[in-house]
Amino acid sequence: MATIRLLLNDRPATIAAPAGLSTLAWLRGERQLTGTREGCNEGECGACTVLLGEAGTGGVRYRAVAACLLPVGELAGRHLVTIEGLNPPAGLNPVQQALVDEGAPQCGFCFSGFVVSLCGFLLASDDFSVGDAVASIDGNICRCTGYASILRAIDTLCGGMRGRIDPVAPRAPQLVDAGILPRHFADAAARLAALDALPAADAADLPLLGGGTDLLVQRRDPLAQGEARFVSRRPDLRTIAAEGHRLVIGGGVTITELTASSAALAAVPALGVMGPLFGSTLVRNRATVAGNLVNASPIADLAAVLLAADAELEIEAAGGARRRVALENFFLGYKRIDLSAGEIVRAVRVPLRVADAAFSFEKVSRRRILDIATVTGCLRVVLKDGVVTDARLAVGGVAPVPLLARGAAAALVGRPLDAAAVRAAADALDAEIAPIDDVRGTAAYKRLLARRILMAHALTLAPGALRCGELL
Amino acid sequence: MKSDDRILHVRGESVFVDDLPAPAGCLEAAVLGSPVAHGRIVRLDVTQALAVEGVAAVLTAADIPGENQTGTIILDEPALADGAVHCVGQPVAVVLADSATVARRARKLIELEIEALPAVLDPREAAALGHHIIPPRTFACGDVDGAWAACAHVVSGRADSGGQEHFYLETQAALAVPAENGTLLVHSATQAPTAVQRVVARVLGLPMHAVQVDVRRLGGGFGGKEEQATPWAVLAALGAQATGRPVRLVLDRADDMVMTGKRHPYASDWTLGLDADGRVLAWEVVYYQDAGATADLSTAILERTLFHSTGSYFVPHVRATAHCCRTNVFPNTAFRGFGGPQAMFVIETALAAAAHELGVPARDLQRKNLLSEGATFPYGQAAEDCRAARCWDAADRAFGFAALAAAAEAHNRSDDRFARGVAVMPVCFGISFTNTALNQAGALVHVYQDGSVGVSTGAVEMGQGVARKIRRVAARTLGVPEARVHVETANTARVANTSPTAASTGADLNGEAARLACLQVAERLRQVAARELDCAADALTLHDGGIHRDGAPTPLGWDALVNKAYWTRTDLSAHAHYATPRLGFDRASEKGTPFAYHVYGTAVTEVTLDRLLGTYRLDAVRLVHDAAASLDRATDLGQVEGALAQGLGWMLMEELAWSADGRLLTDTAGKYKVPDLDFMPRTLEVRFLEDPNPRAVMGSKAVGEPPFMYGIGAFLALADALRAARPDLPGPTTAPLTPERTLMHLAAPSAPETTP
Repeated sequence: MATIRLLLNDRPATIAAPAGLSTLAWLRGERQLTGTREGCNEGECGACTVLLGEAGTGGVRYRAVAACLLPVGELAGRHLVTIEGLNPPAGLNPVQQALVDEGAPQCGFCFSGFVVSLCGFLLASDDFSVGDAVASIDGNICRCTGYASILRAIDTLCGGMRGRIDPVAPRAPQLVDAGILPRHFADAAARLAALDALPAADAADLPLLGGGTDLLVQRRDPLAQGEARFVSRRPDLRTIAAEGHRLVIGGGVTITELTASSAALAAVPALGVMGPLFGSTLVRNRATVAGNLVNASPIADLAAVLLAADAELEIEAAGGARRRVALENFFLGYKRIDLSAGEIVRAVRVPLRVADAAFSFEKVSRRRILDIATVTGCLRVVLKDGVVTDARLAVGGVAPVPLLARGAAAALVGRPLDAAAVRAAADALDAEIAPIDDVRGTAAYKRLLARRILMAHALTLAPGALRCGELL
Repeated sequence: MKSDDRILHVRGESVFVDDLPAPAGCLEAAVLGSPVAHGRIVRLDVTQALAVEGVAAVLTAADIPGENQTGTIILDEPALADGAVHCVGQPVAVVLADSATVARRARKLIELEIEALPAVLDPREAAALGHHIIPPRTFACGDVDGAWAACAHVVSGRADSGGQEHFYLETQAALAVPAENGTLLVHSATQAPTAVQRVVARVLGLPMHAVQVDVRRLGGGFGGKEEQATPWAVLAALGAQATGRPVRLVLDRADDMVMTGKRHPYASDWTLGLDADGRVLAWEVVYYQDAGATADLSTAILERTLFHSTGSYFVPHVRATAHCCRTNVFPNTAFRGFGGPQAMFVIETALAAAAHELGVPARDLQRKNLLSEGATFPYGQAAEDCRAARCWDAADRAFGFAALAAAAEAHNRSDDRFARGVAVMPVCFGISFTNTALNQAGALVHVYQDGSVGVSTGAVEMGQGVARKIRRVAARTLGVPEARVHVETANTARVANTSPTAASTGADLNGEAARLACLQVAERLRQVAARELDCAADALTLHDGGIHRDGAPTPLGWDALVNKAYWTRTDLSAHAHYATPRLGFDRASEKGTPFAYHVYGTAVTEVTLDRLLGTYRLDAVRLVHDAAASLDRATDLGQVEGALAQGLGWMLMEELAWSADGRLLTDTAGKYKVPDLDFMPRTLEVRFLEDPNPRAVMGSKAVGEPPFMYGIGAFLALADALRAARPDLPGPTTAPLTPERTLMHLAAPSAPETTP
């Protein structure tokens, strides 16, 4: 059992537990830090939100994450902040004060999670906009309030913060100086450096965790008893850089980092639309690009976007040898992928720029935010003089794998993006999908939805030229 | 000491059952539920599970020393299955181990063989088979059979509403601690401390005084911990008795979803008759309630459905029949509204269908038929201090129903993709337990020597702010600042024989009992003060932390008065009991006065529907709610907003699904979705009707349940948008109206032309 050294709130701490144990179980079971609560144990409610601080070039960067999906092995050398580590010694911080002034807390079970997420917002937002604050709690569920009182508190909070903080200077020290965050946020970088916590080299045969946002749900008890390796310890997997005509996105890049990358957004603008619809802030702060693909869910949002973007994967064998495979060839069948034992997805390579290309992304789920898609899809078309010269259509949720719908795409090429072409493509799509009945919807619904999503893509990509009424 | 729970909550310092430090030697429990919906237990062998290191005991029905029975209204529910199972998730055995992980691992090693029997999952099918929990009940008034002939329009149809998972953030939890002489202290996350005490005593073979139940607070209840917190407290207590060690039993989310009941799904058939002016003359409805495998509270919930069959409307001729159908799903249970929402959904669906057929706006029919002062409900009670029209008209003046509808229609003429819908939803909800005997409460007040005050009642704080309201009542009655008053846990050793905190009555009953107890102490203190000030007690009032004489302050302060009272040997404690007056209901005639009063309100809802994808957005909910003289405005506003959110979820998003063999498919938080912030209406405006209510504590009204039913307005508004998009089709009649249902409706083939 590895010894894990970390900074826990204002003190160094040592964990003697298997690396795969969840931080939530450790905090509640071993530390009596019960302000972090178990609501669902699968990252769906936010009652266990904590801040994870990682030292980098600009100081310690904090992200709000779900403790139930965070293996304690990830804590080595990092700063873990719980609600107890955000409480001022006396009184309330501005987040807490705004919520209390509004009379927002009811049963209170979920509220420490809201406070932690909103403190994450104070640490991360450029301009303290209400939009940023609302986005920061997209992974926090409250069953009592209907959120209205929380929104009123956010208005007060944001109004009170604007003008108080220099947006350019490092944030945490300013919040400490303003009396908003406790002192341990100011000296965390130095204390982390002094921890001498770098874990020993990992044995190659241990399970490799990306964000763990799926693995800890699927294999909680087995993981809690064993050791693990972490992608986050590989700096070479966490970069986004241009290489020739391709943008190379490291497999360990998180969804938050990906969708905030101007280079990635320039290459694949659909990532900007997908971002807020992918999991929640708590999930995106942990989930990785490679993890999302290797999980091989047929309804993975990112897989659909990357398929449409003509991505290829760079795969690294245990010895370091590398090979490339087109993403559309990577998915072999339901939860089967072209990846041998010991291999990892090192990077995703997407074209830097395709002339005249435009993207559309659509996702339909029962709940718009923090839900798994019923059908998800992305279309990339190249339009020259009003004629489609190239099209790549990806659809999730209608086949055992994220599907590259070649037939539908082919039906669009060589024609203007008009109602006749869209209908022909929808008919072609109908012939190449095989949805099933499940808890996300009936096969008939998914079939109809796939067709309608294709039409929605066309309305996005041919604004003005096409009307919804022509398609229905 | 912090004066308000809210401060503890935002600091993460409030303590729930699972946050209590584990007592030394504490065991944790995992419960094995039946994997089969209906069957006979052929073999149950716990040997392997018992052999796992760290396992202290594995208990089955054979280990129960008392009665194996947890039912309340009907005694039909074993604590642990004995011989047969009737639903998936029914507790069969409980494993006690050093940790929950070990307990869960050992649970997998229990050998359970079940010979499967046919399972019934549909309430109509159950009714057809005669699987009733009680015989069908009918509420009737007027002459419904004779009335049809006088009707210019007769419309009929179906309306089905789905179940709803409570999704309280704190799952079911209990911690049982053995004490000397076979007694037990049970910390339970329950809305019904006395029920837990009674059933623990019954199952363990103890007198009730040997079982002390203590409840600090719940992380949400919503009805889900009224009846169904009991089994988990019982199993923890059983384990503590068997092992002599403390036992903590906390269901994880997946177990909680499978092993607890939900809001009852209902299927209904209805016929509505109107005269040529659109006045409703006759209403006939048959409800098929999916009760699940045992009675639980289903019969009481069924009764409330019958009480609310006519919604906010006066109907002279009514016959409403309700079937309590036994199926092989987990017993369904109380959930905010308690059968009322299911009834109101049906009559609103019927009125919308009638309006469509008559070619008039639904709101015209709704307004025309609203209850008025003195109107008689089908169960014989008259609407007194009726506020139905007051709320409707206030909402109409404030929000302009016709203008909102006209704006939607104008939009729909010009937009070929997004259709808007608007609907008005009036609410009328009866307040009191419909089981008259439950409308009683006790309170115990201590004024301590330092002038601080402790108040105990049977009210369980679960976020609804009942502790805050009781504190306010006590502070006002004693004339002290609220900071001097502490509301204690609900504890069966301090206040006994309590009713569940339910039916929106928590503050009404317990607040009034607390007021009566405070009045006793206040009267004694006035007598002491009269001696001190040498005047008549009649001239004295307790006010503003001191004693006022003829309305003016005297030098005698509260602390000095309390101190004087103690040293002159005055009783500074009081117990009081309150029973709601006037109530009575005769089940033979199905007539009486079941309710102390009614709560009213009106909401108007706007939605936008994407005709292409079937997705939709809630644009606005604006409402006027009959809060009367609120005991705490922020609390009541939070109750209205939160109840609305749950109602919206029930009507639109939250959907339960079972496999053909009775397994719950929506068994995780990932598969069952409740409203998040993004789902909520972009605009939410709540106004209060503040006319004081003479029939509850300090002029207030109960608030917990009524606003839930504003959520039905979202179904009606979305149905309005669907009618705009597909005027050729009848409106939807099945809730929840998920994006799947809306898209399938939008894409449905045209109804064949029917000849009139």
